[in-house]
Amino acid sequence: MSTHLISANHASAEATILAARANRNARGFCSGVYPITPQTECIERLCSVNIEKGQVVRVESEHSAMGVCIGGSLSGARTFTASSSNGLAYMAENVFAAGFFRLPIVMMAVNRTLGPPWNIWVDHGDTLMLRDSGWIQLYCEDNQEVFDTTLLAYRLAEDARVFLPVMVCQDAFVLSHTMMMTDVPAQEQVDRFLPELDLPFRLTLEPRVVGELDFPHQTEMHRQQHIEAMKQVPAVYTEVQNEFEKAFGRRPPDAIVTYRMDDADIAIVSMGTTASTVRAAVDAARARGIKAGGVRVRMFRPLPAETIANVLRSCRRVAVVDRNLSPGLGGIVWGEIRGLVNPLAVVQNYLLGLGGGDIRPQHIDWIIQDVAARDQAGEPVFMEAGE
Amino acid sequence: MKTEPIMGGIANSAFDRCEPLLRAGNTNCGGCGMSIALNMISRAIADRPVQMVIPACCGIVTAGAFPMSAYGAPVVASTFAGAAAVATGLARVAQANGEKTRVMCFAGDGGTYDIGMATVSAVAERDEDVLYVCYDNEIYGNTGGQRSSATPVGASTSTTPTGKHHAKKDILSIMASHRIPYAASVSLAHVDDMMRKFRRALDTHGFRFLHILSPCPTGWKSEPAEGVQLIRQAVDSGLYPVIEIVDGTEYTINIEPSFSMDALRAFIEGQGRFTKSKIAVETVEAGVHKQWEVLRRQIASK
Repeated sequence: MSTHLISANHASAEATILAARANRNARGFCSGVYPITPQTECIERLCSVNIEKGQVVRVESEHSAMGVCIGGSLSGARTFTASSSNGLAYMAENVFAAGFFRLPIVMMAVNRTLGPPWNIWVDHGDTLMLRDSGWIQLYCEDNQEVFDTTLLAYRLAEDARVFLPVMVCQDAFVLSHTMMMTDVPAQEQVDRFLPELDLPFRLTLEPRVVGELDFPHQTEMHRQQHIEAMKQVPAVYTEVQNEFEKAFGRRPPDAIVTYRMDDADIAIVSMGTTASTVRAAVDAARARGIKAGGVRVRMFRPLPAETIANVLRSCRRVAVVDRNLSPGLGGIVWGEIRGLVNPLAVVQNYLLGLGGGDIRPQHIDWIIQDVAARDQAGEPVFMEAGE
Repeated sequence: MKTEPIMGGIANSAFDRCEPLLRAGNTNCGGCGMSIALNMISRAIADRPVQMVIPACCGIVTAGAFPMSAYGAPVVASTFAGAAAVATGLARVAQANGEKTRVMCFAGDGGTYDIGMATVSAVAERDEDVLYVCYDNEIYGNTGGQRSSATPVGASTSTTPTGKHHAKKDILSIMASHRIPYAASVSLAHVDDMMRKFRRALDTHGFRFLHILSPCPTGWKSEPAEGVQLIRQAVDSGLYPVIEIVDGTEYTINIEPSFSMDALRAFIEGQGRFTKSKIAVETVEAGVHKQWEVLRRQIASK
């Protein structure tokens, strides 16, 4: 283990290079890569190293980047790509294909605002657009978490009880281009943590069609299998956390990360880096005698509904901070969370930091005061619109 | 060696694949050129290990419904524009593992000329070890017969009911311009030339592109039994040049046409799709001459 000052883009690339080399005695590594701000440094790093039995294909579009991963994965190789924003939108068809093929592909997605008008800053709307693509989605809060999550994503995706692709999401610039001290393990440690990929349904020379026509009852059967695989994820994830801790001496965060929630009356629910600002605001509120707590949704798919319900059970007020917008509804996280809380609780949605607007502790302070004063929830509050 | 029930009456040869690529029981229309192409490729493959990638097109409907398969080879059903990229992944991993697998895309004109163009172009530019076969029925057959950029001028389709106004895209020139190791047009009516090209394309390394004009009785409004004859007329009249291009520079005309007006007339009149536009044979003939002028100039300049 050694410590390096690296960006989260490089953290994801370093984790992938280690994972790629860990599969050198099996069927190797295959990656289709295409640049897009703010992810580009990740794939540039990948293109700067030699990987034994590793193929990094410089393709002409995100659609093809995922296409190469699909082919590589079907051939039994460990696979990776990275994208962002409109790149993910362009890639979307093959993202769904990878999900429905249930291929253990890992993709690092830097959350960036969808355009036009063009905006390169953070917004979670791009990966949330793909929430129904059949992928596992994990949202990170700092660089070490991006590194650790990328590495454990391979183990989670490639577990025979799961076989699902994993999207590792991180906030544009706040993480992607920000350098932090990051622990990078040695290859031998990763070799011990990450078993070689053995994909039992990989394409061999046996006649078989992968992805041919399904009649309705067969689609229902395949979707049912997808549901069952998703159901396995929380328990397998805990196992992977344990194994990770054993191998590297630190424990990756839980699927739902709580902060001072034990006796909280007011919960602030958020995703990604917003959660660290929430922590500061929670401490400030506690100092004023307000029993506030933070809840970070790290695993968005599968949504750990039961855990969320348990965490929020005794809260009388829940503020959901969404850095995304589903026009005509409000925040997407709020849309999913509001059915999981105590029916008597006030659940208020706040749209904050869209298009990469700064999220400051004062914003969360205001949210805590606003939700505390409410007897019932109102329309989603669009904060700082146009200011 | 197993015998091929669907090829009954034709002698087996050492080049045949034990198991046919296209098995009996598939649901292709009678007279489908794609069926003929698959059966002939099967007879060129011999014991070469193959994996296929087929995007959305009639060719993937051919496979049948889960979990059955009319294909005697492993097939990935890819997204419409994604075949060449998926094939890249398969080919790269096979290569990295020292396997001799021949990865073959089998796609229609829609997936090649139109929606898959950027992907095919990129895979050609990277010279991936992929054989790309485009069976071109000059129409979106799978969706009921809409125009594609491979549809010839004057042909009626459900989206050009009075006949298409624009000329067919010259796919072979486009692919040859990538300076790929091997590009060729294949005539289903000229067996020796066809089989030689299939074998050469299978054994060449790097990106290879085969274009097959593929009769579609449903879309062409032609007699199923006349398909091969129509292709022969297309070749004889010069409408469909049968050529091969090595490294984008060495052009060879494999079958010199007679430029027979009778063949051209028979080709046009043998299909219902040219009726509504009332396109004159002379108009088509002018196009043929222009096409050959360009082709001969290309050959002379190389």
